[in-house]
Amino acid sequence: MVAIIDYDAGNIKSVEKAILYLGEEAVMTRDEDVIMRADRVILPGVGAFGDAMDKIREYDLERVIKAYVKTGKPFLGICLGLQLLFDESEESVGVKGLNLIPGSIRKIPDSDGLKIPQIGWNSININPSSRLFKGIKDGSFVYFVHSYYLSCEHPEDVAAKTFYSTEIHAAVEHDNIFACQFHPEKSGEVGLKILKNFIEM
Amino acid sequence: MLTKRIIPCLDVKDGRVVKGINFVDLRDAGDPVECGIAYDKAGADELVFLDITASSDRRNIVTDMVRRVAETVFIPFTVGGGIRTVEDFRAILREGADKISVNSAAIDDPTLISRAADKFGSQCVVVAIDARRRRVGKAADPSLSYSESIKMNDEWKPSDGWTIYKNGGRLDMGIDAIEWAKKCEELGAGEILLTSMDADGTKAGYDNELTRMVAENVGIPVIASGGAGTKEHFYDTLTYGKADAALAASLFHFKELEIREVKEHLQGRDVPVRL
Repeated sequence: MVAIIDYDAGNIKSVEKAILYLGEEAVMTRDEDVIMRADRVILPGVGAFGDAMDKIREYDLERVIKAYVKTGKPFLGICLGLQLLFDESEESVGVKGLNLIPGSIRKIPDSDGLKIPQIGWNSININPSSRLFKGIKDGSFVYFVHSYYLSCEHPEDVAAKTFYSTEIHAAVEHDNIFACQFHPEKSGEVGLKILKNFIEM
Repeated sequence: MLTKRIIPCLDVKDGRVVKGINFVDLRDAGDPVECGIAYDKAGADELVFLDITASSDRRNIVTDMVRRVAETVFIPFTVGGGIRTVEDFRAILREGADKISVNSAAIDDPTLISRAADKFGSQCVVVAIDARRRRVGKAADPSLSYSESIKMNDEWKPSDGWTIYKNGGRLDMGIDAIEWAKKCEELGAGEILLTSMDADGTKAGYDNELTRMVAENVGIPVIASGGAGTKEHFYDTLTYGKADAALAASLFHFKELEIREVKEHLQGRDVPVRL
């Protein structure tokens, strides 16, 4: 069973639908017992870093997420759910993130003629040893919607990169923690394969 | 590299896909879920569903459609048509839509854009703009019908600009389209879906003067709409027109052009696409 953490973030329904489509049971929840019992946990999210961390703390989910991650079972952050795994974001200065992986979230730098947010399909360069991207061709396209991006401190945590104004760390793997800046649940066949890799870990 | 998007648009009435020709004559072209799956397979980068249901329980019809589409289609999709309140946004996003497009309701109350963006994020607020070249000279006579005035509007110059229309293109608001697009961005719109009413249904090409003018004046993506008839029209609007995405409806519905053909043509001319 996959627990999808429900902390009032928008758009989490499509994550649930994609998991169900792949034939796996999915529950949207913020209940500690359900999360701790789950085989896999997904932290989705669309919105602002500061608001999301406020909600996570309001529902006492910081402690639960950290306890779950310690069990060693697979954990996947998606979009804002990736950003929250880091220490801080230029979007909400002074707000502490979950600090599970070293790195920081920065604003996509202005560049001539480039629109911010990045909205659309961009290609990714995949780290060949990545488990999340097993069986996925290097250079595949995935769907991004974001104004802030991840810069990992340790290159070995980076599972995929993309380029938009600057080098963007599009996905990470750090022990049992996985995360994507893009939306696998909206990235067609490639995205479904990524989610399938996750639920089969 | 971020690619240019090709977006089929499905007009939906009472849960069935139809296509408006110049917003008036409608033809039935199938089930929204079937169409969505087919377009995903055909290489569509995202989908737009424009709902034109008039009945009083339209919201239930729309949310039911959105739920069904979201269960089987895993590319982004936008829903528009008749959305007037933040509660409408919530009801449709909750069922799995990625973006909501608003048109008349945003003209009536521009704060809808900011309220929705604050609540759900700019990325899901698309403002649809129906724009038409300003009528000048004899064509500006309000007693003339739409088609009569188009025929007479030969004195138009780009400097005369475009105005926006509401109610499915029936009512000229007299508001400058470029100014309105800029205001939408300021209020928190995440994208502009720009339809040229002059070009719509003609298959003679997008209005690239309009598209370029809007794209150069806003920092958010612009989706060009109205007038696609050939592969080269897509190329023109994505290059000269500076659009980030191009939308078409009947052209794709009736297989006059395949999405893949359009994308191969674009790739051959060095426009980045997802193939």
